[in-house]
Amino acid sequence: MNPFTYSSVTAVEDAVRDNASHEGAAYIGGGTNLLDLMKENVARPTHLVGLNKLPLTAIEPTPEGGLRLGALATNADTAWNEEVKRRYPLLNQAILAGASPQLRNMATNGGNLMQRTRCYYFYDTATPCNKREPGSGCSAIGGFNRIHAILGTSEQCIATHPSDMCVALAALAATVRVSGPSGERTIPFEDFHRLPGNTPERDNNLEPGELITGLDLPAKGFEKNFSYLKLRDRNSYAFALVSVAAALELDGNTITDARLALGGVAHKPWRDQEAENLLKGQPATPETFARAAAKVVEGAQGYGSNNFKIELARRAIVRALKQAAEGSQHASDVFLNSNP
Amino acid sequence: MSTTNYIGKPTSRVDGPAKVTGAATYAAEFQVPNMAYGWVVSSSIAKGRITKVHADEVLAIPGVLQVFSHENVPSLAWFDRNYKDDVAPGGSPFRPLHEDKIQFNQQPIALVVAETLELARYASAVLRIDYEEEKHETDIEAKRDEGFEPGTGKSGWMPPPPPRGNPDKAWAEAEHRIEHEYVHGAQHHNPMELYGATVEWRGDKKLTVYDKTQGVVNVQNYLTKIFGLSKDDCRVINQYMGGGFGSGLRPQYSVFLAVLASLELKRSVRVTLTRQQMFSFGHRPHTLQYVKLGTNPDGTLAALQHHALHETSQFEEYTENVVNWSGMLYQCENVKLGYQLAKLDVFTPQDMRAPGAATGSFALEVAMDEMAVAAGLDPIDFRIRNYAEQDQNAGKPFSSKRLRDCYHQGAAKFGWDQRNPEPRSMRKGNRLVGYGMAGGVWDATQKKAAAKATLTADGKLLVSSATADIGTGTYTIMTQIAAETLGLPLEAVTFKLGDTDMPEAPVQGGSWTAASVGTAVKNVCEALGEKLLKLAQKMEGSPLKGASLDEVEFVNGQIRLRQDPANAVVLRDVLQASGETKLETDSSAAPNMLKQANHSMHSHNAVFVEVEVDEEFGTVHVTRVLNAVAAGRILNPKTARSQVLGSIVWGISMALMEETVMDHQFGRYMNHNYSEYHIPVQADIHDMEVLFVEEEDDIVNPLGVKGVGEVGLLGVAAAITNAVYHATGKRVRELPIYLDKLL
Repeated sequence: MNPFTYSSVTAVEDAVRDNASHEGAAYIGGGTNLLDLMKENVARPTHLVGLNKLPLTAIEPTPEGGLRLGALATNADTAWNEEVKRRYPLLNQAILAGASPQLRNMATNGGNLMQRTRCYYFYDTATPCNKREPGSGCSAIGGFNRIHAILGTSEQCIATHPSDMCVALAALAATVRVSGPSGERTIPFEDFHRLPGNTPERDNNLEPGELITGLDLPAKGFEKNFSYLKLRDRNSYAFALVSVAAALELDGNTITDARLALGGVAHKPWRDQEAENLLKGQPATPETFARAAAKVVEGAQGYGSNNFKIELARRAIVRALKQAAEGSQHASDVFLNSNP
Repeated sequence: MSTTNYIGKPTSRVDGPAKVTGAATYAAEFQVPNMAYGWVVSSSIAKGRITKVHADEVLAIPGVLQVFSHENVPSLAWFDRNYKDDVAPGGSPFRPLHEDKIQFNQQPIALVVAETLELARYASAVLRIDYEEEKHETDIEAKRDEGFEPGTGKSGWMPPPPPRGNPDKAWAEAEHRIEHEYVHGAQHHNPMELYGATVEWRGDKKLTVYDKTQGVVNVQNYLTKIFGLSKDDCRVINQYMGGGFGSGLRPQYSVFLAVLASLELKRSVRVTLTRQQMFSFGHRPHTLQYVKLGTNPDGTLAALQHHALHETSQFEEYTENVVNWSGMLYQCENVKLGYQLAKLDVFTPQDMRAPGAATGSFALEVAMDEMAVAAGLDPIDFRIRNYAEQDQNAGKPFSSKRLRDCYHQGAAKFGWDQRNPEPRSMRKGNRLVGYGMAGGVWDATQKKAAAKATLTADGKLLVSSATADIGTGTYTIMTQIAAETLGLPLEAVTFKLGDTDMPEAPVQGGSWTAASVGTAVKNVCEALGEKLLKLAQKMEGSPLKGASLDEVEFVNGQIRLRQDPANAVVLRDVLQASGETKLETDSSAAPNMLKQANHSMHSHNAVFVEVEVDEEFGTVHVTRVLNAVAAGRILNPKTARSQVLGSIVWGISMALMEETVMDHQFGRYMNHNYSEYHIPVQADIHDMEVLFVEEEDDIVNPLGVKGVGEVGLLGVAAAITNAVYHATGKRVRELPIYLDKLL
């Protein structure tokens, strides 16, 4: 960890200004990922802008009938918020499927979007990594890539975005509110994170110095028919090998609206609107689900140790859609309770 | 035994309050004045040499005190024997900072010492090292044909016995046959507490070393031999340990480097490793095993062959007993056991809980399950048909063996009779259910150990020995034994350990502490009792006059006549009457070879497992485990149960998630952190039950105890593997059973 300076700000404008006035500055919220990266010498900010005193912890209704999640509300407070639980149970489940209670108590909503991949090579400065050191090469391609991506990869990078929360946010079509040196703007969630392409060092489309101030959830929460299904190597405190956020709107047995997003498979939360379109207007049957699943994994590519993810993702999509249609998925503990 | 009876009663940890309140101080927590901080720099290549350490660049940073590397390390002991610790395997021990040669990835190659921890860490991150890389080999698959039989091995290692009968012919002619390879990768101990040492410089080359270790005596011997210190000037202390599991049997490089820096800088130094560096030393070796079994028409074993090949480093020949158990656990006249090592560019493996047996019992017990299936037999019935009434390896009877009762009692309590033998026949909701079982055998060992007991005028007893409590309950059982022997209340007894100023004890390992130190504690308390009786008999009007030691008992703080308990003397009065403020005795205990020589001494277990498998996803849930253990006398059913519970959790871990993954491009372990090296969390663990089968044994040691630190792990991974087969019909032979192996 390199020496750095620190300041604590109380207004968004001050945060942006303070950040802009320090070359190599970084924002810090809960610090649950950034501090690890600094200790590993992966992130080397010269200055930290402490955000925790900003008035961005509220969770409140939007004029459009949705819900605004403050960027500094913790993941725990968000998951357990009464409105989130009632109107957006998919988000509640996705958040609770991630990390551990201690981490969720510290981690902020804005920080959740900003967390970086858990690729082994990205974290180990003894190995080449294009994301950490552009141009040095990707060690995961041809290396140990059990947790790596199968969709939207490039020859530069096959890392995944590790968040569970973001998978639900992608499915719910949230909007990211940001503030920066050139003012405020909003970014549709799907456009927030990037695919690696030739610039794997860039995880998202924030401009330099921009700060996330909040997340807007649209009015529609799919609170009746949803599922967040997470498959992993242990039942808690493990990143997804594959996760699926599925949300349906049903008229009888006919699907009138559908959302489908995956985690653990790509450099970003992977929402597939073509697959969603294959669901819409169709009966909620295993055959319909299988068609959507096949669409998602069409063109998926394994890299050796992660080949299994293609079939696992296909099966997980079908199961998640089935659970969503049945309205039977009420907890991420589908793998925890052996005796339901 | 007197009637107070602490032994055998569930007793809470006497060290528990100190641990949960933070009063227990661990090695890297000791605060000493004027301390400097060392940070270890690890190599980023697996093989080659260091051409330059750019120390001058970081020495320019204010507050950086020194950069130690092979370029400036002082001249130390020259011969290998000085670097050999008490439990070192054969070969030439690794010497930190000794030379420019890189022999394994993450090799400690420099120590940066600074005024603060943060500064030392920063300086080590920017320290530039130039390497000349050489081609490495870290993959045992590439060395399949280069296995060799090890030479002397380490203490406790036995080469496999020579073949008996005609194993090849018998196998070829057997009614039913199986042969398969069984594999598990490297595993690291990963105790919660990081290795670290705080070295207090007391002036003039006098050191107090607080070091995380399973054996303070071993560390003291190691340090004094290398650095030329007298034992009086190198006191080593470790009173508490946040887990060891074998990783602290040998001195770690952290203590070597901290002492080196302290002696050179003439001030106190602390060195703590990082979690990543916890993957830079000993580990359970990546092991390839091949088992061939054949049966006769009556279901008895016609032939048994078991061969193991595992990794070792280029500089040491690490050995563990992997295959020998297979010649001992079942009756078979045609047996061939083989054991080989392969040298790789890795650090030397190290004993990890039930070393060898955890590995061997996995292969043997899965093979036994496969054999039972092939022969159409119930796996318990099959084992009982082949029950070994004597140790055929040694040609000796067992001192005691209640394994049959483990099978019967365990099966009854588990409900084995509810098992439909047909694979894929049992379901719960949309999950497949499977029952599996397995078992194992472990050594019951006693080593020489010493203890000291002091009774003070206030009636308090202090007993000490330089042993360790790696979380096993040593403090508690030694307190129980002492209180029992001298008839004192538990609260009147304090047991201390982990200090080289105390009487010598072996490293804590091999499940031998209860037997070894326990017997020493019993002996020293009995010796103290004898002294007390003599003093009591000198008292005026003593009712004990003329009584022999056999005729008295120590109960309720008194010495009294067995035949006439009303005739008693209070211990406190004895001391007061004698005019002494305290009474002190030293004693030691060694195995009774006369009794032991003609017997094979072992503990046994049988494990029963229920799994549920979500077949679409390949996810396995171990919903029930019952572990039936026969390990002689159980001194403290509460701490003993905890030991076995810990073993079950570890077995689940070994079966389903634990593996250190090497990227052979770099010859480097890549999942070197708690996030990606998976061990179970609460959500992975369901019902667990421990059943201790009563077993009396007056041959193993006077306490009749065999130790429970390791036996509980045996067979757990195999039982889970067998249950997964029963549930799914799929046989996995390579651990861990990741979900993709069942897709």
